[in-house]
This record gives sequence, structure tokens and C-alpha cells, in this order.
Amino acid sequence: MSEGVVGTTAAPLAAGRAGGLLRRQWPWLATLVFALVVPWFFYDWTTGRHSGFVVAMLSQIGIMVIFALSYNMLMGQAGLLSFGHAVLLGLGGYVTAHVITASKAGSVPLPLEVTPLVGGLGGLFFAIVLGYFATKQRATAFAMITLGIGELITACALMFQTFFGGEGGVSTNRMTGHSLFGLAYGASIQVYYLIVAWTAISIVLMLLLTRTPLGRMANACRDNFERAQFVGYDPRLVRFFQFALSGFFAGIAGALYTLTYEIVTYDTVAASMSANALLMTYIGGVGVFAGPVIGAVLIVLLQSWVSLLSNSWLVYAGVLFILMVTFAPGGIGGLVMMHQPIWRARRLGRLAGPYLRLLLPGLLVVVGFVLVVELCSFLTIGAAQGKSFTLSRVTIEPRTPLPWAVAAVLLVGGGLWLRRAAGGFATAWHAVVAEIKAAGMSA
Amino acid sequence: MTAPALRLIDVEKSFGPTAVIMGVSLDVTTGSRHAIIGPNGAGKTTLFNLVSGRFPLSAGRIELHGRRIDGLDPHEITRRGLSRSFQVTSIFSRMSVFENIRCGLLWSRGYRYSFWHLLGRERALNAAAERLLADVNLEARRDLPAGLLSYAEQRALEIGITIAGGADTVLLDEPTAGMSRSEADHAVALIRRITAGKTLVMVEHDMSVVFDLADVVTVLVYGQVIASGPPAEIRANRAVQDAYLGAPVETGIA
Repeated sequence: MSEGVVGTTAAPLAAGRAGGLLRRQWPWLATLVFALVVPWFFYDWTTGRHSGFVVAMLSQIGIMVIFALSYNMLMGQAGLLSFGHAVLLGLGGYVTAHVITASKAGSVPLPLEVTPLVGGLGGLFFAIVLGYFATKQRATAFAMITLGIGELITACALMFQTFFGGEGGVSTNRMTGHSLFGLAYGASIQVYYLIVAWTAISIVLMLLLTRTPLGRMANACRDNFERAQFVGYDPRLVRFFQFALSGFFAGIAGALYTLTYEIVTYDTVAASMSANALLMTYIGGVGVFAGPVIGAVLIVLLQSWVSLLSNSWLVYAGVLFILMVTFAPGGIGGLVMMHQPIWRARRLGRLAGPYLRLLLPGLLVVVGFVLVVELCSFLTIGAAQGKSFTLSRVTIEPRTPLPWAVAAVLLVGGGLWLRRAAGGFATAWHAVVAEIKAAGMSA
Repeated sequence: MTAPALRLIDVEKSFGPTAVIMGVSLDVTTGSRHAIIGPNGAGKTTLFNLVSGRFPLSAGRIELHGRRIDGLDPHEITRRGLSRSFQVTSIFSRMSVFENIRCGLLWSRGYRYSFWHLLGRERALNAAAERLLADVNLEARRDLPAGLLSYAEQRALEIGITIAGGADTVLLDEPTAGMSRSEADHAVALIRRITAGKTLVMVEHDMSVVFDLADVVTVLVYGQVIASGPPAEIRANRAVQDAYLGAPVETGIA
């Protein structure tokens, strides 16, 4: 009975709680430890500094993880497609910038560590105001309203100088002299650890929210809003509360953005930032709680790392998005979850061979595709910038036919090979799944 | 005498120029099992949609225990103790069977829009959900996504969600539609068991189910009540037999 009473998502009861937590949540704890130590792999002992690039990238990952998870509170959990989620991030950021400035001036001596809470409350406030209108509708109408809100606030950001600072945005200085721990926050590594702390808090809170009555009813309204009415819930209020709480977390992300960059501009409320949330969440997977985390990491890596190597990172992000939507609508998280039953049945090894056979043709296609994109890029933007296309000291001339021919052969040949290999993989996959089902029946 | 559980007074409904319900008046006595029968297109499901607040009335009024409920939203009517099931199964398909049942319980147990209760720790709630799960014989399917259940299991879950909120007036729309004989027998036993002490109104095509379960039968033809009374009386009613295109109702019972 005691086993039965505890829900699927129940916290383990008192006995062995710590052990259970470790066993069940180890991926989160491992991620936390990794986040804490990873800057030290990029520590220069001669200068005594962390790599600025890596810390900046990690900080952005933390911010985007919160942002994407808050987006998935709408998209994945409540079935609400928003095109204006950046508004809540940006407004949280603006509020924070003003509060930090006031704090430095001494009028609000607020420790810097708690300013993300202020940003969160800012996000919550605006989510209540804007959500009042947006959540009157669901589905397409909701998406259209959020699109309108996004454009409206972007326009406002350029019109109302005192709050938004116009095109120049609002600058601030995070070294307010108010800290709980006596930290100056001059070094970005200190801000990074503050981000880690707030990201961890936000993830835990958002995870717990999925296990509350509101979180469950958000799922219920996503699955069947009419049925939700006939169990006594007003779907509109469910949407409204979910939207408001989602705004709270987006506001925290906005506050951390302000702390990191010490400037908030209208970019933070604009459509491209909202699209970013959608991209991260969808690529990571809307159906799995951790999905948006994976998506945020991946997109920020693409954004900051691939953009160093190539002009065309947006092309890669776009193609990745289309591929995911087409072939894996559950996102990376969904792909991982598909392997769970096979992992449990200890048959994952059976897929190693088929996966390996996909590797080479897959690689050929990727290289061929990258080559085509880069050749195009160097023919156009690269030429304008006076860059030359070099690969390990070999200069590739995009105006000659040879590299194009190589790319075409890789793309077409690899593509055909990949199709064959994919067929073989599908057969192997179905065989394993059928085997597990049969074993399950006889068990 | 106390007010009936459900009272319909001159209820009318038109969709554009098409009148679907044309002046239906009906009393459902508290604690009775009331079946509504009639040929296809008679407006039985529409009547349920009016009572449960899914559609607004064109004219007339509906009272639940003497209090007017027409014009209220479906969730408000549900909160007053009237619950309904759907002819086309309506469940939360991506959530587990257990979660489906638990969602049905939440409002009546006062959780409202709470985002500060962790459901896993609400022992009384979870115990009630487990009991109900056992009542509808779905314990073995507890953690399966509801969308993966068999048809008959989904119908059972539908009934489970419908009665979870503890409503004292339950509307079941063709609870045995599409079921095999033995599945239907199970469903009837289930309905009889879990609606004990409640007022039950059901739309049903299967005459054996109707005469097995119902205390009162109302016959609806083209949006009008042509007869209402105990099953034996209805079976003998000439007008009812004519409404079924001359086919004696008895053939339906066999």
C-alpha cells in the first residue's frame, strides 16, 4: 500500500531520502558539479585569470537554461506556443538594471545576490498584466496575441526613453558595494557563480512546480482543455497562473542577463530573442523536463563557439531546427527517452553496431553540407570581408570547381549511403523493440 | 417535497435556423437512475451539452437542486456537483492513468490552482486516487499513458474521471457505446457500483443496459419528450414503439 500511495513523481519518503535523491537525480547533481568546476579547466595560472570567453559562454548558458525552461512551462507543459516570451526576460532585465542603479546610488541598498529575485518579480508583474490579455485565448489566437505583445513592447522600448533608454538601452554598474558575502562582483567569474546558484534554484523550483496541482492541470489543459472544465477547472485561469509563474522565471533570467552584461537593450525583448527560446526548447525537447536544458547548452555553444569559426552559424541552427522538427519532434530529450526502455532491458549494446554504421555516412553528409555552406559563405560575405577559406593551412578557392565537386560527391554519395544505413538501423531498432515487448509479455 | 436533483423547464436549443431541442421539460428525482433514449439525432447528447453548460440555451431554464445553473460555465456547474462523461472518450491522453484520476479529484478536494502543494506528499489525495483506480479496475494500467489504453479501458477511465470529483449528479453519455457484450456487462456492473447513492442520468442506445439499470426512462424524439416513466410502462407505450419505426422495443431487448 505505501508503495501504491506514493505518486509516480513523489518525493521519496523520509527513510533513505538523501540516497534516493542521489540515485534518482544524479544527472542534475553531476551537471551542477560540472558547472562548478568547469571554469577551472580554463584557468591560466600565469595570469591568475579564467578564460573570459569560456566564463562568458557558461554564464550565457546558465541564463538561457532558465529562459528556455520558463518557456517550456508554456510550450511543453501547458501547450501554449508563445512568440513573445523575450518580453518577460527583457522587462525583468530592465527592472533589474534600474534597481541596481538605485542600489548603487544608495537609495535601495539591496545585496546584489538577491537582485535576480527583483527581476523575477518584475517578470511576474508584467506577466500578470500581459498574461491577463494573452491567456484569454489558447492555441493559435494565443500565439498571435503573444506575437503582438512582442512587437508592442519592442516598439515601446524605442519610444519610452526613461524606462527603456531608447536604442542605447539602459546601462548599469553591478559593483554596487552591497553584497551578502562581501563580494565586489568585478570579476565575471563571481557573477558566473551567482548565475549557477540562481540557475540551480530556478531549475529545482520549476521541477517542483510540475508536481503541483497547477502544474498537473496545465498538462491536463494541454491534453484536453474541455475535459479540464468538466473536472471543475477554468482553463483560462490555469493558463493565466502558469503564464505568470513562467514570467517570474523569465524575469530571473533577465536579471542575470543584466548582471552579466551590465546593459539591457531592446534586443532582449525583441522577436529574435523569443525565437531563441522556441529554438532552444524545441531542439532540446518539449516533452522532457530537462529537454530545454540540452537545447540551451547546444544553441549557446553554436552561437558563441561555432560563430567564432564560421559566419554561418545561424544556417546550422536553422537546419538543425528543421531536421529536429521533421525527424525528431520530441527533440534531443525525446530521442534520449526513446532509448530508456532499451537501456532498462540491457539491450543498448545491440544498437552499438548499427549506430557505428551510421557514423561514417552521417559524417560525410555533414562535412559535405558544411563545405557547401562555407563555400557559399566565402563566395559572398567572406569575399566582402576579404577573408580566405583555409583548412589546416590549405587555402580553398571557392571560385574553382574542385571544392564544389568534392562537396557534391560527399553530399550525394554520403546521402545515398546514409539512406541505406538508416534502413538497416531502423530494422535493427525495430527488432530490439519487438524483442523487449516479447520479453515483457512473457515476464 | 425537496426539489428534484435536476429540473429542466421548457428548454429549447436551436443551431441557427435548426431547432434541435423543442421545449423539453423533465424532472430527475434525487437518487434515481434516469435513462434518456431515442433514435439517432433526437438531441440526447445536445440535451447533455445544455445541462452541463457546454452550449448556452436558446430558451428555458435548468435547475440543479432548485438552483438555476443555465448560463453558468461548465467548470462552475461541475463545482456545484454535476459531472458528465462524453460519448467520444475525453481523457488526458498524454498523462498517466493515475494522473487522470487524480486530476479528477483535485478541485473537489480543495486544491484549486495551488502551486505550493507537492502532489506526491498529499497522502489522502493519492490514497483516494488509488481507491478509485481500483474501483474502475485499472490498477494494472496505473502508470501507462491514458492514450495507450484499450477502448473499453478508456471508457472505464472516462467514468472514473467523471465520478472522481464526488458529484452527486452524474451524466453518462452512452457509457457502453462500441463495447462488446461482456465489456458492456462489466461497464454496467461498474456504473451500478460506483453511482450507488447518486443521481444518474444516462443516454444509452443499448436497450438491455437501459432496462437493466434505469428506474425511469425518458424517450426523446426530434427534440421533444414523447414519454417518460418506469421501464415497464415505456416498453408497453405505443408511441414509443412507433418512434422506433414500428419495431417493437422488445426486439431491442433480446
